[in-house]
Amino acid sequence: MYRLITKKVLSSVHKLFEVDAPLVARKAKPGQFVILRVDDQGERIPLTIADADPERGTITIIFQEVGLTTQYLGAKESGEYLADFVGPLGKPMELPSPGGRVIAVGGGVGIAPVYPKVKALHNAGLNVISIIGARTREFLILEDEMRAVSAELHICTDDGSYGQHGFVSDILQQFLDDGKPIEEIIAVGPLPMMRVVANQTRPYGVKTLVSLNPIMVDGTGMCGACRVTVGGKTRFTCVDGPVFDAHQVDFDELRARAGMYLDKEKMALENCRCGGAH
Amino acid sequence: MEKEMKIKHPMREQEPRERKKNFNEVPFGYDEETAVAEAERCLQCKKEPCRQGCPVEVDIPAFIGLIKERKFSESIFKLKEKNNLPAICGRVCPQETQCEALCLRAKKGEPVGVGRLERFIADWELAHGVEIPPLPAPSGKRVAVVGSGPAGLTCAGDLARMGHDVTIFEAFHIPGGVLVYGIPEFRLPKEIVAREVDYIKRLGVKLEVNVVVGKTLTVDELFDEGFQAIFIGTGAGLPQFLGVPGENLLGVYSANEFLTRTNLMKAYLFPLYDTPIKVGKNVAVVGAGNVAMDSARTALRLGAENVYIVYRRSEKEMPARLEEIHHAEEEGIQFNLLTNPVRLFGGDNGWVKGMECLKMRLGDPDESGRRSPIPIEGSEFVFEVDTVVIAVGQTPNPLVPQTTSGLKTGRKGTIEADENGQTSRRGVWAGGDIVTGAATVINAMGAGKTAAKSIDQYLNSLA
Repeated sequence: MYRLITKKVLSSVHKLFEVDAPLVARKAKPGQFVILRVDDQGERIPLTIADADPERGTITIIFQEVGLTTQYLGAKESGEYLADFVGPLGKPMELPSPGGRVIAVGGGVGIAPVYPKVKALHNAGLNVISIIGARTREFLILEDEMRAVSAELHICTDDGSYGQHGFVSDILQQFLDDGKPIEEIIAVGPLPMMRVVANQTRPYGVKTLVSLNPIMVDGTGMCGACRVTVGGKTRFTCVDGPVFDAHQVDFDELRARAGMYLDKEKMALENCRCGGAH
Repeated sequence: MEKEMKIKHPMREQEPRERKKNFNEVPFGYDEETAVAEAERCLQCKKEPCRQGCPVEVDIPAFIGLIKERKFSESIFKLKEKNNLPAICGRVCPQETQCEALCLRAKKGEPVGVGRLERFIADWELAHGVEIPPLPAPSGKRVAVVGSGPAGLTCAGDLARMGHDVTIFEAFHIPGGVLVYGIPEFRLPKEIVAREVDYIKRLGVKLEVNVVVGKTLTVDELFDEGFQAIFIGTGAGLPQFLGVPGENLLGVYSANEFLTRTNLMKAYLFPLYDTPIKVGKNVAVVGAGNVAMDSARTALRLGAENVYIVYRRSEKEMPARLEEIHHAEEEGIQFNLLTNPVRLFGGDNGWVKGMECLKMRLGDPDESGRRSPIPIEGSEFVFEVDTVVIAVGQTPNPLVPQTTSGLKTGRKGTIEADENGQTSRRGVWAGGDIVTGAATVINAMGAGKTAAKSIDQYLNSLA
């Protein structure tokens, strides 16, 4: 059992937990993820490690309540426990060579996985230009945290309720057009956003990385549920990723695979089991 | 009378028509009278050939003799001197190629039902309360066992009975390895596995789940934490795919994923359990080993109308146990042999809808000694399927070899170990599928047992 130490409500659908997991905290590196199970009937879901504190032995996770398990998770309170919490899994991100211009792009709940990467770059002495966006002001998370580790922070919302009116790709375009070289772009967010960014940067030949979050079961390379085509080859996100070259990723396939259980998920939400977390 | 003695006492089982709709165990097991009657078939011959066939050296005539005398608690005690997991072995061991193959009675009829008797006496004990054997004084030596599958459980149990302080590290949230994620409930109830694991824990073995060695902790860190010897039993967990176009379509599963969702995550009880699984009307399972049979029979129980085994060689070469093939046939699994998939294709929605195959013929034997399949030109045909399960084998999990210094590995990602399970690194042993590539539960147990003896000697040699 893994104790939930603190809970923060970041928006009506975004929650943050600090989880007591000393073994994971000791090892966690930016880019890695955990797999958790809320209770004994629960499914295993992957979540990116948003922050790790090896001294306190805690891992921070941030999630959006989109489906059954994230809803159960969101209903937990600090002081309660998760059945299972395992990690750190996946490969840590590689730091780009210093000196070059690095741009981080986070869309929606994707700001959570972008944050530890920007923080790591910041701690390594790199200046990062960050672009974050959300549907509306209420859903914009981690603004202060991102500001603290970014050399520049640009904000946008789809509805114009905060920051620039538009999409993260609109802001990114300004940097692609300003003529100054870009060392690397890291983009994390919903699949459509990552696809847009990949297509947008491809003609410029700028190295662009995305962090994927497909359906997983074990998270250790055992089942292949998370397979994705990268550069024409099948890779397992859990052990070969989760960070991949955006220009090589087959987003159509990813999107289709992400929807494999949508009808079942709907059914489970309607049948929401009693006596569980709800 | 003598004629009746020529065949094993049958074990009652669920009717195929019924059982293909549920996940309950297929055979019911012997009752006491049948078990005693079967035990009486044992000739108690001097040569005891059956014992040569047992990878964990069970004194078979002795435990059967005690069943015959109705000394059930003495019988299970005798059995457990060598085998820590008898309720599992009695169910999943391929006795027909091991102990029973060597039985004197097999020369003129059917062998003694060693597996059925083992299962009977193990279940008898589970029903009557499990006794813990007397344990020696603690040695003060600490051993880490990586993986809680058959190799790890056996090694840990034996080392605990030698007085050592053993901790098992398991990556999943439930211990048992392939016994819980791979082998289906209807062949090996998870309650049975849980009770055998409980026995290992009662021997004093500590168990840490949710620890991925190679990620959460490394072998080097385990040594730093004071473990003096380490046994690696991480199995052959990586799924192999065919490498044909269309394998990432929706509805295409590795057998590992298909079985893990169903067994470990209990997708067959969805939505009571949260993990879903999708099975269509027409399911093709590619491969013909035990894992393929398990996948096919699972698909049937999940509601498929037609389930096909698709295999590129002929019936004779199918690697599955005869009993499993027989059970699958009884339940209506359809066998498409000498058939090799070359392409999967999907509909507009991204779901698999068909499989293009080639007919094959058998040529000369290949390096495995089996006749190799050769494609028949122009024999392409398509059959409609909406779910495909790829069950063409597993390869060793690379997480430990990749993160452990000084560990020699083989060509196929296996860890190299000598006949005692000792690896190229001092203090590290390995056994089971991580050394041999995918094999059987009992061979993994045998390797765990052999390694335990060697580890014990090593620990005793330390100051």
